[in-house]
Amino acid sequence: MTEHIEILAWSGCPSHDEARERLTALLRDLGRPDVEVRLRWIETEAEAREVGFVGSPTFRWHGQDLLPPDPGTPVGLACRVYRRRDGRPSPLPDPEDLRDAVRRALGV
Amino acid sequence: MGYQVGDKVAPFTLPRVNGGEVTVDPASAAATVVVFTANHCPYALAWHERIQQVARDYADRDVHVVQINPNNEVTHPADSTAASAERVAAGHFAGPYLRDEPQELTRTFGAEKTPDVFIIDRTGTLVYRGAPDADYEDESQRASYIRDALDAVLAGRPVTRSYTPPRGCSIKWRTAESTA
Repeated sequence: MTEHIEILAWSGCPSHDEARERLTALLRDLGRPDVEVRLRWIETEAEAREVGFVGSPTFRWHGQDLLPPDPGTPVGLACRVYRRRDGRPSPLPDPEDLRDAVRRALGV
Repeated sequence: MGYQVGDKVAPFTLPRVNGGEVTVDPASAAATVVVFTANHCPYALAWHERIQQVARDYADRDVHVVQINPNNEVTHPADSTAASAERVAAGHFAGPYLRDEPQELTRTFGAEKTPDVFIIDRTGTLVYRGAPDADYEDESQRASYIRDALDAVLAGRPVTRSYTPPRGCSIKWRTAESTA
């Protein structure tokens, strides 16, 4: 079975394309282009509750959030707020945080 | 449909998130910047400081900047009036922060995203609508689309870039379910 990283995304937030592009480029850069990037749409509050969706995009590896949210982050249809390493809010994770998380997950 | 560039924008009155009301009349300033924004949206947050800096930089040039939170607080409690007032109390805003709970003004404007920027000249004409600048991640952009439009209005020149696609989170509209 092909290994994959799942991006949970909601169409109300425009960051999913950029998230997929960055993750794909990162996997190529890490020498793991064989790992698939799969987009999974979350479009209802019921689905969000079911999977514990805290915002778009959320990156998951074997069902675990690669960048776990702060405790108490509400579940629901929203754009996820990440923090860059310099503290600025952003719709996407800091590239270095994503790189570190993917490297840890894949063991590379 | 909402306002298109070139349309006349009517004066409006909305409550401040921290009490009282504000009437926004484009005739009372050389230019009025209306920004639909949100507390929970990472795009609005990423551009937030740049927009506050515009408000500060142009305050003595007869430019008014008002920011409006239009979101449904039932589905997005982070955008409630109370949560918005906390941000004002914390000094996060360089101008009035208004609330459009009924979302009627937001529909009149045709705002779609947070942030969504509308710039109106003294005659009430909409001269710019769209994003603050080209890249939410790049602080050096300094909300250049807004600044370019304001500089043109203040110099009596036409605004050359009068529309850019707004980029950000969708407006969280009220639904029968969420307001029941």
